[in-house]
Amino acid sequence: MKMDANLAERSATQEAVNLTGAQMVVRALKDQGVTHIFGYPGGAVLPIYDALFADNGITHVLVRHEQGATHAAEGYARSTGKPGVVLVTSGPGATNAVTGLTDALMDSIPLVVITGQVATHLIGTDAFQEADTVGITRACTKHNWLVKDVNELSRTLHEAFQIATQGRPGPVVVDIPKDVQFKTGGYYAPDQIRHRTFRPKTEPDQAAIARAVEMMAEAKRPVLYTGGGIINAGPKASLALRELASLTGFPVTSTLMGLGAFPASSPQWLGMLGMHGTYEANNAMHDCDLMVCLGARFDDRVTGRIDAFSPGSKKIHLDIDASQINKIVRVDLPIVADAGRAISEMAKLWKAKNLKAQSIREWWATIDGWRAKRCLAYQASDTLIKPQYAIDRLYALTRGRDVYITTEVGQHQMWAAQRFKFEEPNRWMTSGGLGTMGYGLPSAVGVQMAHPGSLVIDIAGEASVQMTMQEMSTAAQYDLPIKIFILNNQYMGMVRQWQELLHGGRYSHSYSEALPDFVKLAEAFGCLGLRADKPAELDDKIRQMIDSPKAVLFDCRVDPTENCFPMIPSGGAHNDMILSALSDAEVSDEGKMLV
Amino acid sequence: MATERHTLTALVDNEAGVLARVVGLFSGRGYNIESLTVAEVDPKARTSRITIVTSGPPAVIEQIEAQLRRVVPVHAVTNWTFASDGIEREMALVKVSRGALKAANEAAEKFGARVLDEGVFELTDAPAKISSFIETMRALGLTDVSRTGVAAISRDSE
Repeated sequence: MKMDANLAERSATQEAVNLTGAQMVVRALKDQGVTHIFGYPGGAVLPIYDALFADNGITHVLVRHEQGATHAAEGYARSTGKPGVVLVTSGPGATNAVTGLTDALMDSIPLVVITGQVATHLIGTDAFQEADTVGITRACTKHNWLVKDVNELSRTLHEAFQIATQGRPGPVVVDIPKDVQFKTGGYYAPDQIRHRTFRPKTEPDQAAIARAVEMMAEAKRPVLYTGGGIINAGPKASLALRELASLTGFPVTSTLMGLGAFPASSPQWLGMLGMHGTYEANNAMHDCDLMVCLGARFDDRVTGRIDAFSPGSKKIHLDIDASQINKIVRVDLPIVADAGRAISEMAKLWKAKNLKAQSIREWWATIDGWRAKRCLAYQASDTLIKPQYAIDRLYALTRGRDVYITTEVGQHQMWAAQRFKFEEPNRWMTSGGLGTMGYGLPSAVGVQMAHPGSLVIDIAGEASVQMTMQEMSTAAQYDLPIKIFILNNQYMGMVRQWQELLHGGRYSHSYSEALPDFVKLAEAFGCLGLRADKPAELDDKIRQMIDSPKAVLFDCRVDPTENCFPMIPSGGAHNDMILSALSDAEVSDEGKMLV
Repeated sequence: MATERHTLTALVDNEAGVLARVVGLFSGRGYNIESLTVAEVDPKARTSRITIVTSGPPAVIEQIEAQLRRVVPVHAVTNWTFASDGIEREMALVKVSRGALKAANEAAEKFGARVLDEGVFELTDAPAKISSFIETMRALGLTDVSRTGVAAISRDSE
């Protein structure tokens, strides 16, 4: 019996319980506090499914495709702060999970994905449903394991939870051959297991915190650039951010992933930044003299052209992952720590030193000038439903309710990010880094499982939603009243927009010639189908959707030619934005050439 | 920014797939590997040392080190390039044609290479010396060469 030195030592004092590998999986999940798993059975995980059958302590959600399981687990994780757990079989079960794993890696979502594998003696023989799962998933996980010895299984499972959730969160895969699931061995509880090397740094360096608050007290044109790291650091981090913003009076913007960490109702809120961010947020980023980046990673959708990125600013970068520091943008002060811990320390020190911000009234006046451009304005219509109008009405009619929003990927996602105002963290589930069409519907399944009484809406596009449409069947099976609000413009809208702006209006294969009748499709799934064509009928239909106890597919027919503005064209700088025709700004010929 | 050559070592847990993780990191992020050496160094602790010679602008080298530290079974990463207490050594096996034997034996003696067989030499030295030895032999009648890649360690007794 091969054992880790550490474990062997502990096992001398702590009695292991004898269990089969399959029983260990269920036991480990329970010991880790797991209440829900998303999965799909198959030959190589049958022993684990047998153990689940014998034990009703965990709710298993049967999806219709393994990609759906991973996105559901992501939605679950993002909306609860707990890890999402997935159980799938070998071969196609594992390969179907790859998109969700990559999505979770890009957006730092903690997932523990358990895959079955063919029996150890069959590995490497091209056996039925064999795939090199650890090989395939090595590049799309934070870490992964193939467990060949049942006595290593409990340690590996507990380490998997530690690694998925601690430090910068991410997805992990534990690949378990079928014979290991049948074998009996010693099970160890989580508190008996500690990883040999994995010790993420969470406490900030006090000298760096002191320097940061000094820089903040000296700034004349500061901006807080916040990201998904604050959401990942838990609700306390969002509270700390609110305190820091209130102490300093600084303007706050956020990446797509960070929406909700700071309340959109605050006068200090500039809206989202980046490619489809607001004019005021992007110009503040460009013209600031101090950029305080909190849990964001200078993604290319945020920075635009790097050599023109915020040229005159000092930059502070707080990230829990040291490899993000100086990766894209050189910064003046790095802080490697948990976002919540570091921001709390900043606020604490600011108060203790009784610091006062510089007078930034002039800076706010400049920002108000940018705000006056009304960059999110659009041409209203009495005859066509404008997608912006649809989002605005959805927002207005869901006030006073406990709302969670997921999205697919494309124009509808950007309109939702621009217009739906989030006041709290963990309310906004979207695929940021990977841009996975098909994320929103299964993600809504996961969110609704975690929050049964809440109103869970997937703001969708008709193209994206067809990629994982089969999960409506999952929603029907578990009576999950998710609302799929489809902004149907018959095009892959963002592709169409780029083709219009960048490819001479040649709409190559971005129009869906044959769309399903979404109302009938909903009925086929045993759900409610609704359709709105006219602005005048929209409110009633949205109310019907909200009031229905069923899952709903809402076919909201919107203006097919509407573009999402403002926009920084790919390769453009923050101050090279294209504004809509309505807003009060000119686009230079040079600016158009950049497109 | 000018490209620099750096020697990095990573002390890793000797577990299945650890080399693939490190190599996959380099290929996946488009970093160069000029040479790579790996072997277990402590069977009891089950740790291996991977020595990688890589090249790139300073900012990329900094990223490589940071990315390596992120790999879960990596204990420590050291950059020996500018460390005054670092020692780098490489071993090469060099074969020459029969006609070149006499001159090759003389050159080998000068470089301090060992004769392993008739016309087969072994040299352990700094990588630059190895290259210079190989170039000398090439002029004389080199038929084959095998290099191990660099191994690096600290002079420090700690």
